[in-house]
Amino acid sequence: MTSVAATAPAHGAHHAPQSFWRKYIFSTDHKIIGIQFLFVSLFFLLVGGVLAMQMRWALGFPGKPMPGAGLLPETMATNGVILPEYYVQLVSMHGTFMVFFAIMPLLVGVYANFLIPLKIGAHDMAFPRINMASFWTALLAGLLMFTSFFVPEGAIRSGWTNYAPLSARPDLSGVTIGQQLWCISIVVLGLSSVMGSLNYITTIINHRAPGMTWFRMPLSVWALFITAILGVLALPVLQGAAILLLFDQTIGTHFFDPVAGGQALLWQHLFWFFGHPEVYILILPAMGMVSDMIANGSRKPIFGYHSMVFAIIAIGFLGWIVWGHHMFMSGMNPTLGSSFMISTLVIAVPSAVKVFNWLGTMWRGNLRFHVPMLNAVAFVAMFTIGGLSGVFMAATPVDMYIHDTQFIVAHIHYVLFGGSLFALFGAIPYWYPKMFGRMMDERVGKIHFWLTFVFYNLTFFPMHILGMGGQMRRLYDPTQYDFLKPQQPLNQFITISAFLLFASQLLFAVNFLWSLKRGKKAPLNPWEDNGLEWSLPSPAPHGNWDRAPTVYRGPYEFSAPEAGNRDYLPQHEKLPTDREPASATAPAAGH
Amino acid sequence: MRKLGSVAAVGLGVVMLGLGAAARRPATQGGATVTGKVKFTGTKPVMPKIDMSEEPKCKAKYTTAPPTEETVVVNQNGTLANVFVYVKSGLPASAKYPTPAPPVEIDQDGCHYRPHVLGVMVGQTLAIKNSDGILHNIKAKGLKNRPFNISQPTTMTSNRTFTAPEVMVPLECNVHGWMQAWLGVLPHPFYGVSGGDGSFSIKGLPPGTYTIEAWHEKYGTQTATVTVAGTETKTADFTFAAK
Amino acid sequence: MSWWLPPAASTFAGDIDFLFTLILVITGIALVVVEAGVIVFAIRYRARPGRRAFYTHGSAKAEVVWSAVPAVTVVILGIMSNGLWTKIKGRDSVPAGAYPIGVRAKQFEWRFTYPGPDGQFGTADDFTVRNQLHVPVGRPVVVHLTAEDVIHSFFVPEFRLKQDAVPGMDIQAWFQATKVDSLELGCAELCGMGHYKMRARVWVWPAEQYAACAQKTSQEFIDCLRPSPALGMTGGTGS
Repeated sequence: MTSVAATAPAHGAHHAPQSFWRKYIFSTDHKIIGIQFLFVSLFFLLVGGVLAMQMRWALGFPGKPMPGAGLLPETMATNGVILPEYYVQLVSMHGTFMVFFAIMPLLVGVYANFLIPLKIGAHDMAFPRINMASFWTALLAGLLMFTSFFVPEGAIRSGWTNYAPLSARPDLSGVTIGQQLWCISIVVLGLSSVMGSLNYITTIINHRAPGMTWFRMPLSVWALFITAILGVLALPVLQGAAILLLFDQTIGTHFFDPVAGGQALLWQHLFWFFGHPEVYILILPAMGMVSDMIANGSRKPIFGYHSMVFAIIAIGFLGWIVWGHHMFMSGMNPTLGSSFMISTLVIAVPSAVKVFNWLGTMWRGNLRFHVPMLNAVAFVAMFTIGGLSGVFMAATPVDMYIHDTQFIVAHIHYVLFGGSLFALFGAIPYWYPKMFGRMMDERVGKIHFWLTFVFYNLTFFPMHILGMGGQMRRLYDPTQYDFLKPQQPLNQFITISAFLLFASQLLFAVNFLWSLKRGKKAPLNPWEDNGLEWSLPSPAPHGNWDRAPTVYRGPYEFSAPEAGNRDYLPQHEKLPTDREPASATAPAAGH
Repeated sequence: MRKLGSVAAVGLGVVMLGLGAAARRPATQGGATVTGKVKFTGTKPVMPKIDMSEEPKCKAKYTTAPPTEETVVVNQNGTLANVFVYVKSGLPASAKYPTPAPPVEIDQDGCHYRPHVLGVMVGQTLAIKNSDGILHNIKAKGLKNRPFNISQPTTMTSNRTFTAPEVMVPLECNVHGWMQAWLGVLPHPFYGVSGGDGSFSIKGLPPGTYTIEAWHEKYGTQTATVTVAGTETKTADFTFAAK
Repeated sequence: MSWWLPPAASTFAGDIDFLFTLILVITGIALVVVEAGVIVFAIRYRARPGRRAFYTHGSAKAEVVWSAVPAVTVVILGIMSNGLWTKIKGRDSVPAGAYPIGVRAKQFEWRFTYPGPDGQFGTADDFTVRNQLHVPVGRPVVVHLTAEDVIHSFFVPEFRLKQDAVPGMDIQAWFQATKVDSLELGCAELCGMGHYKMRARVWVWPAEQYAACAQKTSQEFIDCLRPSPALGMTGGTGS
């Protein structure tokens, strides 16, 4: 513990006291920016959830007045009955908010910002001002998107994938301003993402503490590094597509409208060329953080650290050559379908390696089921289901049947909710002490976990059954089809489960907000972890360390024999046998 | 709050209208009348039957004869229905006419628009009713008016208004491809639609010389010039020939 | 309600169902292995006073096994899938002599163009019917899919056939119905607010009756095809 005392500075030692505005609003401190992202994206997570509840009402009880719908204007719900055009907006905006403004910023905006400098021993990001700009542009993008509900005709009605020509032709979609706002918001968001990603990449390459070699980096940092590379390459493609789409609507171009010589499939290629790497942007950081939490909870080194790193890299690379698997039924050349099927099936291998390595990490561990560990283990269990259901749609002939059915909805939610969101329900309490100096309540956290886990499965697992029965996605009223009428009780069951799932999140919200002021004071290293961030006071001060810490080993040396009586061995702790690293990769002081 | 606001807005609107009408009231009451008949010559075209078996609720409403398309409706007496007749020009440019408070109603009944052709004044409410209780969407493809596309999944009424004169705004339902209606939006109340006997009438015209246009969705337009004075009634007949 | 796939009603539906079941079994085994591992480890290795975790960084042998097993499995699945895919959707997969029907999708209806008495698609005796797809049993049918406005998707669950209809493209998809029945055709691609109402009825007729009626056009063709109680048409598989 002596080395900890040596590197942790007195509060704000080399930073003059700052005004409230400078410190919390226009902050260039990576930790404050991470926290800003946290609050904003939790708000958008709530928005996405509220949209989902209305959508579920319409699906479970089509044509029945929704309680509380009186608050909605007539253009959305008449006599309390959700209108089909509003339903389609709900579908589209639920996806848009969850993907672009909740999960992505929660994983990348919050944790890339908060964790990268702390975990590699840097004082801050390489470009703190660009980092601040990245937050403010993301917020602007989110607000623009949010505004689209309140303009004439409301928000987009063509799904979060916004397929052209429906999205390109206001006369066919019935949306003008909302559609333009979507395009502009995406362009702004892409800007934010590129600024953020460049920052993360530069910081990781240039600002690692002495001794923090590539293979001593925690898997969370590895995952965020690969994610940042995906982000910097993928988002501009979507931005370009969004600009073309905006042109189609406003200045009379016809990139996507075949009636005037455009190509309908062009949008899909551009969208999914972005979209599939995006899926990995939404899962890789979760995988990385889950690895950290599982190693900690198991009190064991991660099983197969190097193959975990290579699996992340492999997934990141393969993510670029599988986009066509979203388009098997689109009319794309069937031979291309064959090649995309192969690349898609291949991606199952690194994913399987990761799952087995997490299991290997738990094997013969000494498992501490704190709330982060519970959620991390649930991530493994649920992501496995999401990964395995992906095999069905990777197999092209089976996809012919289940494509665009509720089966796909089940799959994406097992990956993004069962995967990403469970990882976040672990990550938030795990790093909460380092953010706010207090602990979230463990008991409430456990109740929240179990309720979420149960209702989550009751909500999403039956969607597989609906999909197997042939129920298409995005139907306002499935009972219009005779063959879907018998499935309606299951739809109602899902709706009720979804309401309970939503209600369970109240516990999380209360726990999160209550603990800000009333939570137990956090010690330096509440989880007895090895990461560099735990050498800092809780909350960590601006500028992090006075002097960059020196790293002597990898991040997962739990239960190492040389640790003595403890079952963990922090990365920065010098044992008599450790030698000083040859050269420092980071300057001694960042600024 | 929203409701209160709209009540206030309506109230204010009524007051404004009242003031406007009092300020310069044109002779809409007791003015001249133009009536006439729209005749039809040539072979009566056969309208295709519509198979509504996918919509049992609509199909059940046709017990005597199967439903047909309504592009050309020739009456028993050989006249042409669904012709929109209106004053195209001749009114003083500065004249303003009060917007009637009662809405104009169009109903979707038996998977058909009732009526098929109708007029509405700028600012007047068009009440779009769905009596069928199945999904209809109403797509208004105006060029001068902001297009809209709304849906009614069940029995309900939606209100819309129009901001600019336009003859005609097509209305269509995309769920039932045969459903079409035509809406004439005018800044004045001087219009009529030929009915089941082929006749129309335009009432309350101030003295003057007017160009009257008759519009039909298939046979195009015809015009006539009429001069009226006082409270007299003049006749203007139109004849459309089969094409 | 059904907890399984709808009844199969096309020649290739059985193959697809077999592949589906095979994947279900394989992924089911993988699922049981992983979830059992999670549960067993969670119970067996839970923290107890005095215990210490086994310090290891992994095992190259284990890594090789659990990379190789999924790799081999997916390669086999890939080969099997590709054979079936090529048979159903490949460029040259449409059987010779398939009966052609044009499908033009628009917001929010299906327009089917039949080849008329001459059996040739694109000639003067073609005629178009709204929302009613009539096909003969036991004969390959090729649909020429296109769309007027936005992307729609032709989906008949019992045939296990789905194919997008894209404006500006003429996409062929074929199927051969295996039993006389009345089915539903749905739109599987979000095409606007009326997407959920974009439904058509599919009628599969005895071959002789169909051949006889195919000599007529338009309404006469429809009127000729009348279900007799003997055919056992339910008017919908779910009702």
